[in-house]
Amino acid sequence: MILYNQADLNVRKTWLLMTLFLVLIIGFGWLFSYLFNESWILIFAVILAVVQSFLSYWNSDKIILSLARAQGPIKKEDDPELYRLVENLSITAGLPLPKIYIIDDPSPNAFATGRDQEHAVICVTKGLLDKLEKVELEGVISHELAHIGNRDILLSSVIVVLVGLISILSHWLLRGMRFGGGRRRSDDNNLGLILMLIGLIAAILAPLAATLLQLAVSRKREFLADASGALLTRYPEGLARALEKISSDPIPLASANQATAHLFISDPLKQQRTNWFSKLWLTHPPVEERIKALRQMSV
Amino acid sequence: MIIGIVIIALIVLFIIGVYNSLVRKRMRVKEAWADIDVQFKRRYDLIPNLVETVKGYASHEKETLEKVIAARTQAMGATGPNKIKAENQLSDTLKTLFAVAENYPQLKANENFLRLQTELVDTADKIQAAQRFYNGTVRDYNIAVQTFPANFIAKIFGFRVEELFEIAEAERENPKVQF
Repeated sequence: MILYNQADLNVRKTWLLMTLFLVLIIGFGWLFSYLFNESWILIFAVILAVVQSFLSYWNSDKIILSLARAQGPIKKEDDPELYRLVENLSITAGLPLPKIYIIDDPSPNAFATGRDQEHAVICVTKGLLDKLEKVELEGVISHELAHIGNRDILLSSVIVVLVGLISILSHWLLRGMRFGGGRRRSDDNNLGLILMLIGLIAAILAPLAATLLQLAVSRKREFLADASGALLTRYPEGLARALEKISSDPIPLASANQATAHLFISDPLKQQRTNWFSKLWLTHPPVEERIKALRQMSV
Repeated sequence: MIIGIVIIALIVLFIIGVYNSLVRKRMRVKEAWADIDVQFKRRYDLIPNLVETVKGYASHEKETLEKVIAARTQAMGATGPNKIKAENQLSDTLKTLFAVAENYPQLKANENFLRLQTELVDTADKIQAAQRFYNGTVRDYNIAVQTFPANFIAKIFGFRVEELFEIAEAERENPKVQF
């Protein structure tokens, strides 16, 4: 009951987010075309906005899988044990069988992506398969299945593409600022205003990206996926032990980055956060809290 | 007058809402049952092959084999609550068969037999998984049917409580191995 509500909420959030971005980018386009008196900027912005919306909805999973250098989907013959495990857990969850991808990396981690249940992907690293026992692996897979069932995967996948777009935009803006700075002597006084605006926009974009990442990994959703995953296996201890193993493993995942980190079950970058600013970028709730919550569950 | 109409309209809307949600929940139960059925069918398909393979090595175990075949036939024909009983019966006979197979080293080394055994054990796991999902949907549906005030609407439109899929007692305990 609660999970069905959660799924609806995630879908609504995703649409809201995408609309917001559409409006934002077209708004910027309009502003710049007005300031420079060039209508092509607006046209360009509209095209960019539409393309990015389609891209983030239809292709975010493919983009993410190639970013993570995941290989697959695997067939039953490739790894019958893993295949059966995923098969059986998705039957228990009442979900269609997701595609299974593997990342060739010794760092143990896993994530799920896809736009809906019919196009879901579960991705695990070789390190996860090597280092975890069966009950622990079951815990991890059921956590990812819970993300699929809750439709968390759509929202967090779309966010990867949007955050990527923001970083590209702010990169352009910074370059534009440098470019504009060089021309300052020869230009009119409009430029000062434009530079101020660019600075303002950059100032808006940066915290926006941070907020997005926060939104992506609201603690509630990780805890919820932990809990509903544990309900699937009826063995919270399995996931708790898996989280311990994954978080204590010192090797960072080579193919993960700031934009995709929030997808994974546990922080793949293994960063030490000390000051308040880096804590802003914290992509996962503390593992100790999650383990504690799991150990207190009674199923 | 207007207030009366509004109240009646609200009540009708409420009944429609409850009715639709009951229909949805009953649909989910049916879908979940279909999922179990898929696994049952897979098991029916695997058994004749298994019987043939075992026959070649353990012709003395005619009785055990016949029991498996009989249980399969019965399970295939059974419907409703009897289905669950018949399927549990089939699980038991299969277990006996695999236990008997332990006495035939050549059979145990047969690749075909090993493959079938893995498949059947996997199917048993999948039946259990599907059955757990089924029980979950039945629980949701039964709660909806029995709680106030939906229980009145359920009674009027004939929504009945569905039965849970219980695992047979014997299956729940660990099998005792005797030497």
